[in-house]
Amino acid sequence: MDFNDTPEEAAYRAKARAWLEAHATPLDPNDTGKDPLSEREDDRTIQAAKDWQAKKFDAGWACITWPKEYGGQGGTTMQNVIFNQEQAKFDLPPNIYTIGHGMLGPTIMTHGTKEQKEKYVKRMARGEEIWCQLFSEPAAGSDLAGLRSLAVRDGSDWVLNGQKIWSTGAHFSRFGMIVVRTDPNAGKHAGLTYFIVDMETKGIDIRPIKQINGGSGFNEVFFTDVRIPDSNRLGAEGDGWRVALTTLMNERVAIGAGAAATGFKTLMKLARESRRGGRPAIEDSAVRQRLADFWVTQQGLKYTGFRTLSALSQGKVPGPEGSIGKAVGAPMAQQIAAFAVELQGPLGATRDKSHTLHEALWQNSWLGSPGIRIAGGTDEILKNIIAERVLRLPPEIRVDKDLPFRDIPTGPASK
Amino acid sequence: MNFDFSEDQKLVQKTARDYLAEHSPLGVCRRVLEGKELYDATLWKGVAEMGWLGAAIPEEYGGAGLGHLELVLIAEEIGRALAPIPFSSSVYLASEALLLAGSEDQKKKHLPRLASGELIATLALAEGAGDPDLASLETRLEGGRLSGRKLPVVDGDVAGAALVLARDGKGHSLVWVDLGGSGVSRSSLDSLDPSRSQAEIVFAGAPAEVVGKSGEGARLVERLLDRAAVLMAFEQLGGAQRALEITREYAMGRYAFGRPIASFQGLKHRFAELYCAIELARSNAYYGAWALSHGNDELSLAACGARISACKAFELAGEEMIQIHGGVGYTWEYDCHLFYRRSKLLSLALGSPSDWREKLVCRLEARDAA
Repeated sequence: MDFNDTPEEAAYRAKARAWLEAHATPLDPNDTGKDPLSEREDDRTIQAAKDWQAKKFDAGWACITWPKEYGGQGGTTMQNVIFNQEQAKFDLPPNIYTIGHGMLGPTIMTHGTKEQKEKYVKRMARGEEIWCQLFSEPAAGSDLAGLRSLAVRDGSDWVLNGQKIWSTGAHFSRFGMIVVRTDPNAGKHAGLTYFIVDMETKGIDIRPIKQINGGSGFNEVFFTDVRIPDSNRLGAEGDGWRVALTTLMNERVAIGAGAAATGFKTLMKLARESRRGGRPAIEDSAVRQRLADFWVTQQGLKYTGFRTLSALSQGKVPGPEGSIGKAVGAPMAQQIAAFAVELQGPLGATRDKSHTLHEALWQNSWLGSPGIRIAGGTDEILKNIIAERVLRLPPEIRVDKDLPFRDIPTGPASK
Repeated sequence: MNFDFSEDQKLVQKTARDYLAEHSPLGVCRRVLEGKELYDATLWKGVAEMGWLGAAIPEEYGGAGLGHLELVLIAEEIGRALAPIPFSSSVYLASEALLLAGSEDQKKKHLPRLASGELIATLALAEGAGDPDLASLETRLEGGRLSGRKLPVVDGDVAGAALVLARDGKGHSLVWVDLGGSGVSRSSLDSLDPSRSQAEIVFAGAPAEVVGKSGEGARLVERLLDRAAVLMAFEQLGGAQRALEITREYAMGRYAFGRPIASFQGLKHRFAELYCAIELARSNAYYGAWALSHGNDELSLAACGARISACKAFELAGEEMIQIHGGVGYTWEYDCHLFYRRSKLLSLALGSPSDWREKLVCRLEARDAA
C-alpha cells in the first residue's frame, strides 16, 4: 500500500506540471474558488475553451488514454488522472468536452465503423467541434429505455420526429449522439437504435431550459422530420440499448474520476467569518460537529476514488461500485450548501454578491445542488444500482418486460 | 499509487478468517455474553498461538515482526467474528503504548508476555461519566504510587496490568501498574456488551512505573489513541460488513406479500445506504492504515477520519440489522443484538465519536493556521 507516485508516475507528473506552468496561470490558493455551478458559456468562454484544447492537442496532452491513431496519446488511466490533477491547479476555461471525450468518443471507438472512427474521433480529440448527448426525454428520464422519439427508415436515410431534453451544451454543439426508437412493435429495449446526428440538420430546434438557479446549461431539442443518413448509425439497428450502455458506463467513469473533495477549506473559512452568539461560528460546537462529518465524508469519497484508481491501474474494469461517489456526494453537496447558507443567518437568504459572504457562492451552490442529485442518475436510481448490482438484491418487479413497447402502460402525463 | 493490500497481506487475512470461522463462530461470543466467563480463554490461547497478539511486535520482543498493514487485516477479522477476547485492549492499546514510548527494559519485560498472551493489559483513562477530560483527572501519581479511581476500564477485570493516565505534578504521566499487586482493588461492571467485560479499578497507593517521559503522558496518550483508532476502525469495519452480510441473507430468504423482503425498494435503499457508509469507512480506514504504517504526520487527521467513519458504519449496521430483521431481530435468540451491543461498546471505548469530531476540527484549524 503506497499513496506516493511510482518513479514513472512522478516523472510524468513533473513533465505535465512543467508544461502547464509554461502555458497557464496557477490558481490563487486563497481564492474561494469559482462557483462550480455557474454557467459561463458565452461565445468568448467557448472560444477560450477550444483554444486551450487545441493547445493541449498540439502538445500531446489531449485525450491521453485514446489510441494515437485517433488523436490520443495511448497513455494509461493513471497518466490521465495525473494530468487532470495537475491541470486542476490552474486557472483555465471550463471543460466543455466532458461528454464528448469522456463518453461519446469511447462509444464511437467501441461500436463505430472504420469510416466513422476516422471521420469523427480525431476531430473530437482536437476539440474543434463540441458534442452533446441526446438521451433523456420528457417521459423517459430514470427509465431511459422508455424513450419514444421515433425514426422511420426512408431509403438510405432515417426520418426522425420527437423531443429530447436535458441536453447539456446542445446549443453550442456541432454533433450529437442520440438514441431513438426504430421499432415500437419490439420489446422496450429491443426497438432502439443509436445515431450520430449533425446538429445543423434542418428540422432541429434547440431551446434553452431556464433552471431554478436562473442558468441555462441544458436544452430541449425538438426534431421535426429530421433526416439522418443510415451511414450515421452506430451499431446495428435494434442494438441501440447496448451502445447506449457503453456511453453510460463511461459516464460513470468520467464522473467518478472527476469527483474530488474540494471546497472544504472554503467552508472552514466561512465558519470563521460568520458569527453566531457574538462569536465566530466556528467556535460553536454544533457547527464543529457538522464540519467534522462533512470532512470525514469527503475524505471517504476521496479515498474511495483512490481505491477505484488502484483497481484501474491494476487493469480492472470499473464496476457499479462507482455509483457510490454520486450517491453520497450529490446529497452531501446540497447539505453543505444549505449549512453554509444557514451559517450566514438571515443574510443567507439573500443572493446579493456585495453583501453575502463569498459573493453568493453558497447561495448559488444551494440553488444548483438539487440538479446534481437528479442529473446523470438520481439518488434513487443510484441506490437501486448499488442494491441490485453490487449487493445483488432482487430487481424491481417489472410490468413492462414482456410487452411490445406500444402496449406498455403510460400515465396521463405521457399521453 | 497502489491503495490496496499486497497478496501476502491478503493471505494473512484469509488465514485469520478461516481460523476464526472454525474457532469463533457467533456461538462463542454468545457463550461469553450469556455465561460467567469474562472472555473466551481458549480462543485467546489460540489467537496467541497464531501469532496475532504480537503481529506488529518485533521479533526481538517475542512478536511475529509483521507490520501494521498485517495487523489491521487481522483486526478486521476479529471484528467480523465478534471475538469475545481482550484483543483491542492488549494489542491496540497496551502493546502499542510500549512500542511507542516504552523503555528498552519495559519492552523486554512486557512485550514478550503480551505477545504470548500470558499477560493481558489495558488502558485506563475515564473517571466516570463523560469523555475523559485531562483538566479534571483526579487520579494522581505521587512518589511512584498511584491513587484514584478509573471507570470504565474495558477488560479491566481480566487484565494483569494497566496503563493509567494520572496527574503528575503539573503535568500528566502514563504509568504501568501491575493489577495483581498491592493497592489495587477492582470490580466488574455490568457491560452493555457482556461479551466484552468492563471494570472499575480503585488505586490506593499502588506501585507504578512511568512509561515515556514524566509529565508528557497526555501527549503520549493522544498519539496512542490515534494509532488505536485506526486499528479499531478495522475491527468495526469487520463487524459492520458481517452484519450487512447476515442481514442480506435474511432479507433474501424472508418472504412477505409474496416476495422476498429484499426486493422492496424501501429496504433496498436502506441496504444501499449501509453499503455506502461501510465503503466510506473502509476507504478512511485504509488511509489511516497507510498513515500508521508509514509513521507520517497525516496520521493525526487520518485517525479521526477512520474512527468517526467506522463508528458511524458499525452503529448503523447494528441498528439496521435489527430493523430489517423485524420482530425476530429483537429477540435474544437471534444474533442481531450481539452486533448492536458490540458496535456501541467499540464506539465509546476510545472516546465518543462526538469527542473525536471535536478533536478533528481542532486539528483542521491548526492545519489551516499553519
